[in-house]
Parts: sequence; structure tokens; C-alpha cells
Amino acid sequence: MFNRGTIINVRNVGHHTVDSILRLGYATRFIALTLLNSGNSFLRVRLIIRELYFTGVLSMIIILISGLFVGMVLGYQGYQTLNTYGSESALGVLVALSLVRELGPVMSALLFASRAGSAMTAEIGLMKATEQLSAMEMMAVDPIARVVAPRFWAGVISMPLLAAMFSAMGVYGGYLVGVVIIGVDEGSFWSQMQSAVDFREDIVNGVIKSVVFGVAITWIALFEGYDALPTAEGVSGATTRTVVTSSLAILGLDFILTAFMFQGA
Amino acid sequence: MSVAADNLIEISGVGYSYDRRRTILTGIDMVIPRGKVVAIMGISGSGKTTLLRLIGGALKPTQGTVKINGQFTHELDREGLYRMRRRMGMLFQFGALFTDLSVYDNVAFQMREHTALPEEMIHDLVMMKLHAVGLRGAHRLMPSELSGGMARRVALARATALDPMLMMYDEPFTGLDPISLGVIRNLVRKLNDALGSTSIVVTHDVQEALDIVDYVYYLSEGVMVAHGTPAEMRASTDPLVHQFVWGEPDGPVAYQYPSKKFNEELELV
Repeated sequence: MFNRGTIINVRNVGHHTVDSILRLGYATRFIALTLLNSGNSFLRVRLIIRELYFTGVLSMIIILISGLFVGMVLGYQGYQTLNTYGSESALGVLVALSLVRELGPVMSALLFASRAGSAMTAEIGLMKATEQLSAMEMMAVDPIARVVAPRFWAGVISMPLLAAMFSAMGVYGGYLVGVVIIGVDEGSFWSQMQSAVDFREDIVNGVIKSVVFGVAITWIALFEGYDALPTAEGVSGATTRTVVTSSLAILGLDFILTAFMFQGA
Repeated sequence: MSVAADNLIEISGVGYSYDRRRTILTGIDMVIPRGKVVAIMGISGSGKTTLLRLIGGALKPTQGTVKINGQFTHELDREGLYRMRRRMGMLFQFGALFTDLSVYDNVAFQMREHTALPEEMIHDLVMMKLHAVGLRGAHRLMPSELSGGMARRVALARATALDPMLMMYDEPFTGLDPISLGVIRNLVRKLNDALGSTSIVVTHDVQEALDIVDYVYYLSEGVMVAHGTPAEMRASTDPLVHQFVWGEPDGPVAYQYPSKKFNEELELV
């Protein structure tokens, strides 16, 4: 009735589905264990601070430079469009709202995923491949508590801070292009921005977004590393999956969050 | 004193399989007396490392029991297992040093995790452990700056950090130059006797191991086929053991991986 090819295809679809559900289950169990074992990392803040340096501080350069350029492009393009309608004094509002609501959290999360997320996956994957995680287990130290939890919290803490830096740098970039180079009125640039940007509606929502992205990226990155096949090929595949999956997750989550947050606005 | 009290480890009827098709170990019986150095030998893929993982509690036997220091490992919960592991040390094949920590911090790792000792005392202990393996001067180096032999010695110092009652060595002689190999071989014996611990050496380096161990268990395809003292193993007439001990290319263990006839492969009729 069915030829062999069809049967194999159907079987593959089933296999992939079951496999994905299994992995989702493992990932959920993994994040639950991470949260349960986080107490120890907060008692030993030194562990989190060390990871904050590697994930947060070392990502600052790329975040600040990208923020500046994105802000400059926004200032330039925004001016072109607003000028057509004679409302270039609203440039400050356009730059600030675009950054604080969308571009700040999303762009910095994408950069964070490729800069820090991939590094986390590679590091943990290699620790697994070189039996460092097994050695830790044999020394009666839980790798989830000692290795995974501090990295998770460092990622969750640094993501909103990096997003804030991105937005601040972007606003400055918009100011440089709009006010200093093109010559939009400085007073209206800042005053309109101040009156239009709402703390609760815009800034807090932006921070919530970046916290959600921080959780998603570090969860994906740590799980992919922990679950990687302990070979060179396995670790490189896991690193790629971290960047791809977390980028897609960021964009998907951003749509969902935006739909909930800015319904009436 | 009863016989059982003299044995640190008693393994009876242990079998292990990943699933119904892949059986790794069947019907393993062995005892490891306190204070002895015991080797588990066999060719690659014979189930040696799996047996070691069963003893360390990383795997649970699918049949039979593993009893360590009077406790059945499969009855232990996670806490109990961790408590037991604090009294075990394991040397991994390539050292498995933490690459983000210095030699000093690697050796201090367990002391910091499991004890509340002041840092000055940890310093003295770490220096003593490193001195025992001849690497006190290397305490500031990072693992990436060590040679293979040095890394293995640091890992040995780390594994003995808390003076374990049981030391496990997973292929400790693999890939070492002759000098490092000699150093590690002597350390295995010396540390065992100095710490009053018990050691299990999983290895396929026959001659190195036979010189230092008290007793040998020989595994083949997941079954314990022979055991005895090193002298008995050397004199064994069992063809499997004889081939293994003297490293002969052909015997019960075939040199050729199962394949079709050579003239068929080359299409010569």
C-alpha cells in the first residue's frame, strides 16, 4: 500500500518528534536542578562574580560598539523619514523608544548569545569531553551546583545591564548623528525624549524583556554544553545549536512579549 | 575477625547492560581486601572501565550487588553516595584536571569544597601532596602548561588530597614516556602503602602493572575469566591469559576484525 520510502519518512518524523520531546524534558529537568542547586552559589558569591567577569564584562566592548553604531544608524534613518514630515524634533523620541523597547534588549541579547552563550557551551562541552565533570562527580561535588548554577545567574544578571548599556550608547549615537552632525535642535531632542519615554511602560518592559532573554540564552547555552557529545564534533555542533536556537528563541520571545506589553500603546 | 571485615569491596554476581542488546558485564564476582593493590585487566572494550564506574557508584548494577566498606552501593541515595565518594579518589586516564584552575587550586579543590580548614592549613596540605609527587615547584602553573606526565602526577596529588580509603586508577600508564611511567607506577604502590589505602588499577599495560600489584582479575568480553597473583598470571597456561600477558598477536583473541574472506574482498576467485 505504501512504498518503503514513505514508511521510512513517517518513521523519521516520529523519531525526531519523540527525540525532541525527550530533549525538552531533559532541558526542563536541567533548569529545575540548576534552580534547586543555586543556593550554594549565592553563599559563595565569589563564584558568580568570576563568571560575571567572563560573561558580562568581557561582552561589554562588543555591546558598547554595536550600540553606538545602531544608534547612529537610527539617528540618520530617523532623521531622513521625520524630515519628510517636518517633525525632525521628534528624533530623540524615535531613537530612545526604538532602543529601549526593542533594539536594546533584542540586539544585545543576539550579541550576548553569540559572544557569551557560545563560549559557555564550548567551555562546558569541553569540560565534559575531558572528563572534568565526571572527575567533579567522583569528588562528590555536584557539577550543576559548582559549574552550571554560577554561570546561569551571571548570565541572568549581566543581560539587563548589557541591554541598558546598549540603549544608553545607542541614544548617544543618535545624538551624535542627529544633533551634532545633522544639526537637529538639541533642546527638543532631549526634552521630547524625556516627556515621551515612560518609566513603567517603556523602561521596565525593556528590562523585563532582557531578563527573559538572559534566562533563555543561558539555559540553552548551558544545557547544550552539558548535553554535548563528548567529542570535538559534538562540542562544535552544540556551540552552533546554542547560537541558532537562542537567536530564534530571542526573536520568538520578543514577539510574544511585545504583543503582551504594548497592547494599548 | 570475620573474613568480610577484611574486604573493602565485595562484588557478587554483578551484571550490567545498557539495554537488552548491549550487555557489558555478566556474573562478576570479586573481592578486594583492604590495603592491597588489585589490577583489573583486559583488552579494550572488555568492560574494565564499566566495572570501575560501578564501584564508584556512577552506574548501578542491573544484576548483583556491589558492597563497599559494608554498604551496598545501590541502596545509597545521592547524599549517601557523595558521602562515600568523599572517601574515594580517582585518577582519570588523562588526568581530567580543571583547566580553569592552577595546579595549586586543583589540589586544594576538595579541601575547599568538603572541609572548613583555614587557608594556611590548606596551603601546607597542598604543598605536602605536591611534594609527594615531586611537583611542589610547579604549584603556580596552569594545566595547559604541564606535560602529560606532570598532569597525571598533579591529578594523583588531587585524587589523594583527602587521604582516601580507596584509590581508583583508570588506565594510569597510557600514553606516558618511560620515565613518567616509572614514576607513576612507583607512586601508585608507595601512596597506597603510605596512606594505608586500598587501590584498584584498571589497565591493559600488563608488565608495568604486574610488577606492583598484589592480585589480578582478568576480564574478557564482560566475563571474569581468570584471577590470581602476578606470578600465577605469568605462569598461566590459559590461552587467553597467556596471549594477553605475553602480548601475542594471535590466539583466542583474533588479530582480524570479523570480515569476509580476503580473496572475496579482493574479488579473486
